[in-house]
Amino acid sequence: MAGKVKWVTDIEKSVLINNFEKRGWVQVTENEDWNFYWMSVQTIRSVFSVETGYRLSDDQIVNHFPNHYELTRKDLMVKNIKRYRKELEKEGSPLAEKDENGKYLYLDFVPVTYMLPADYNLFVEEFRKSPSSTWIMKPCGKAQGKGIFLINKLSQIKKWSRDSKTSSFVSQSTKEAYVISLYINNPLLIGGRKFDLRLYVLVSTYRPLRCYMYKLGFCRFCTVKYTPSTSELDNMFVHLTNVAIQKHGALGSSGCIAWTPRPFCHQEDYNHIHGGKWTVNNLRLYLESTRGKEVTSKLFDEIHWIIVQSLKAVAPVMNNDKHCFECYGYDIIIDDRLKPWLIEVNASPSLTSSTANDRILKYNLINDTLNIAVPNGEIPDCKWNKSPPKEVLGNYEILYDEELAQGDGADRELRSRPGQSLGPRGGRSRDSGRTVLTTWK
Amino acid sequence: MALTVLRSTGQGSWEKRILKSLNSMCTELSIPLARKRPVGEQKELLNKWNEMGTDEPDLSLFRPVYAPKDFLEVLINLRNPNYENGDSLSFRTHLGLIQVPLKVKDIPELKEFFVELGLTTGQLGIDDSTQVPPELFENEHVRIGQKVLAEQDSAAAQQYIRQGSPTALRAELWALILNISSQPEDILYYEQLKTNVIQHDLLVDSLIYKDVKLTASNDDYYFVFEDYLYQVLLCFSRDTSVLGHFAYSSASPPKSYIRGKLGLEEYAVFYPPNGVIPFHGFSMYVAPLCFLYHEPSKLYQIFREMYVRFFFRLHSISSHPSGIVSLCLLFETLLQTYLPQLFYHLREIGAQPLRISFKWMVRAFSGYLATDQLLLLWDRILGYNSLEILAVLAAAVFAFRAVNLMEVTSLAAAEAVLADLSTLKVMPLLQIFLFATVT
Repeated sequence: MAGKVKWVTDIEKSVLINNFEKRGWVQVTENEDWNFYWMSVQTIRSVFSVETGYRLSDDQIVNHFPNHYELTRKDLMVKNIKRYRKELEKEGSPLAEKDENGKYLYLDFVPVTYMLPADYNLFVEEFRKSPSSTWIMKPCGKAQGKGIFLINKLSQIKKWSRDSKTSSFVSQSTKEAYVISLYINNPLLIGGRKFDLRLYVLVSTYRPLRCYMYKLGFCRFCTVKYTPSTSELDNMFVHLTNVAIQKHGALGSSGCIAWTPRPFCHQEDYNHIHGGKWTVNNLRLYLESTRGKEVTSKLFDEIHWIIVQSLKAVAPVMNNDKHCFECYGYDIIIDDRLKPWLIEVNASPSLTSSTANDRILKYNLINDTLNIAVPNGEIPDCKWNKSPPKEVLGNYEILYDEELAQGDGADRELRSRPGQSLGPRGGRSRDSGRTVLTTWK
Repeated sequence: MALTVLRSTGQGSWEKRILKSLNSMCTELSIPLARKRPVGEQKELLNKWNEMGTDEPDLSLFRPVYAPKDFLEVLINLRNPNYENGDSLSFRTHLGLIQVPLKVKDIPELKEFFVELGLTTGQLGIDDSTQVPPELFENEHVRIGQKVLAEQDSAAAQQYIRQGSPTALRAELWALILNISSQPEDILYYEQLKTNVIQHDLLVDSLIYKDVKLTASNDDYYFVFEDYLYQVLLCFSRDTSVLGHFAYSSASPPKSYIRGKLGLEEYAVFYPPNGVIPFHGFSMYVAPLCFLYHEPSKLYQIFREMYVRFFFRLHSISSHPSGIVSLCLLFETLLQTYLPQLFYHLREIGAQPLRISFKWMVRAFSGYLATDQLLLLWDRILGYNSLEILAVLAAAVFAFRAVNLMEVTSLAAAEAVLADLSTLKVMPLLQIFLFATVT
């Protein structure tokens, strides 16, 4: 019979707790019987680790997939996408088509990336091909822009050169693993400022893949003007757009920026009314007005495409545990030729709010997420078909529904001419309104 | 240097007040109205031209010369014995704040004037919503727009845009209607203005900085374009060609006299050079245009033309039907005539509606509506070559929120009900108010 959903969380954020309480759910501790647990990524690690032998029952749901890091760790994401591309190439799929320079036509959406120290030599080879390029070093396991720095000379990463030579079996867990990616030095600028896109994507199941895109994503702008000059490498405000850095960042002196403790905040750089954000709708209006409708629609189509491809890439290796759903924060940068690049995927997008509007957005995000993941707000049964009715989607739109797509006929999957249909639309019918999400022709 | 004004009409005494305010700021802060920049400073400014927003000059001692509410007080106290069109009997029953009996349109006349906004005509802002299949209106409307642009037909564009402009065509359509084409001489002219800015510093520059920092920089949509606003407004204040609009304005530009030669015309110069003293919120006239034009000289030209055709009427006193006085009267009359219960109720509780709507109209709703909605509204300003739609929209907003407004018991509460217009869809509101309300 219907009892009240019992919830636990180890993330004390009002946007979560208010949503639980408004559904009349009951807070319990993790040691008691619970139905819904909004976990941090540390907790999910222990819940599903082999040692604890935790078994979830049918009426328990958690907000992460056990091995989400296949998508959300920078090195593993790249590894999975590379593997996916190679597989498609091997099976002769038209999706893996390449151009005359050997670049993938449809699957080139992650900047060239190498793992350090493992791929150091491969990286050096690539670096020497274009020695004036800039690369960005990111630690694999950290978030919020911590430990990130830019380099444009091999000498700046001497340390990894040494590491790669001394021992080839240095375990990844004892040394900090880094990825190094080609830095996109021609970002699309608006008002002379660089920005990135934060989009929320909800995945309810990986096999079959069913994912939803939150309509209310946003752009995060840098406080200062963007200049690609090398002297600006020191000024990480320009390059990094994470709101966390904008709020609390400080400049390093050696081309590196280290995470600084709060006493060194530069609060005055951070505008408390809008926090340097634009809605995705503003972006669309601006681009349509200044660049035209076709290229703007194409850009948004490509953004949806790369998100779906990234999910398809990790779907085979994901533990598609039926107790799980996950809401990802996708970070995307658009370059000045209106090509979107996938930078990273966050398993735990920030639920802190920088402005009043932000708080409302995140509250609604959680609300709509819960409506999809926990139907009717009742005690869940993880064996349900995970197909919510259209009415509960709220601000989510179906991004891709593999089951529905396959129902449209498998032969459509293979139709491909450049710019032509590369996959059926996800579950959209004429009477549900004009297609605004995927217009993959 | 002292400033003086040589006309004494309602506009004249208002101008006197503004100049007095500017003068006293000048004296208090011991800052000259204008000075030539030393070469070092010129170089610095040139380097920073694209990011003046990062400059953080100390503006704490500057205050805006006036804000819309100051201007409203002036309008409220206007008394004009020259009746435009005598209907003095009915005017005595006018219970609004404006006491100047100008002729304004009633709803039947507005329906005729705005006939293309009627229920049976397709509109962007209504008939392009996601529920409506594009074959019904939108596709054809876009096709016609493209044709109009291809033929470069300015008059046709003006007629066309009454039904709204597709986002992708708007920048070009507005340029066509405003007769703006970026010729080399236009770009040169803008560069010359930029040089003036680099060489001379004006007191009004600080007022412009302050205004941008207070308004546009804090706006959810426009903060991104802060630097463009400086580039436009600083040049604007030095553009003497703007003086031309005073020929058809009831206003006159403030003059300044070389020391000791007060009153001698041959020693008079206009201050600021374009004759326009910015007020609090002025930068919001430019901000929405940044969504359409990202090339500074084009942005500049468009703004200047919008100003000398339309915006100047919103902060100067005249009897023109698009002048702010007429708009206020139109608004109040519409409310009193067609929503009398609401109007009387608000009056009773000390919340004269104009006190709330005035700021919307003075700013042409910039900063109050969502940008896409604002642009649809400004489409119609261009299409009808009139600002009357601002007054109609203001009345429509009150009509829309009438139920809540009837329940408030104070001005503050009424303000709260009308504080957030960012979710409003302007075209349905206008259509319902004009064409679907029983009159």
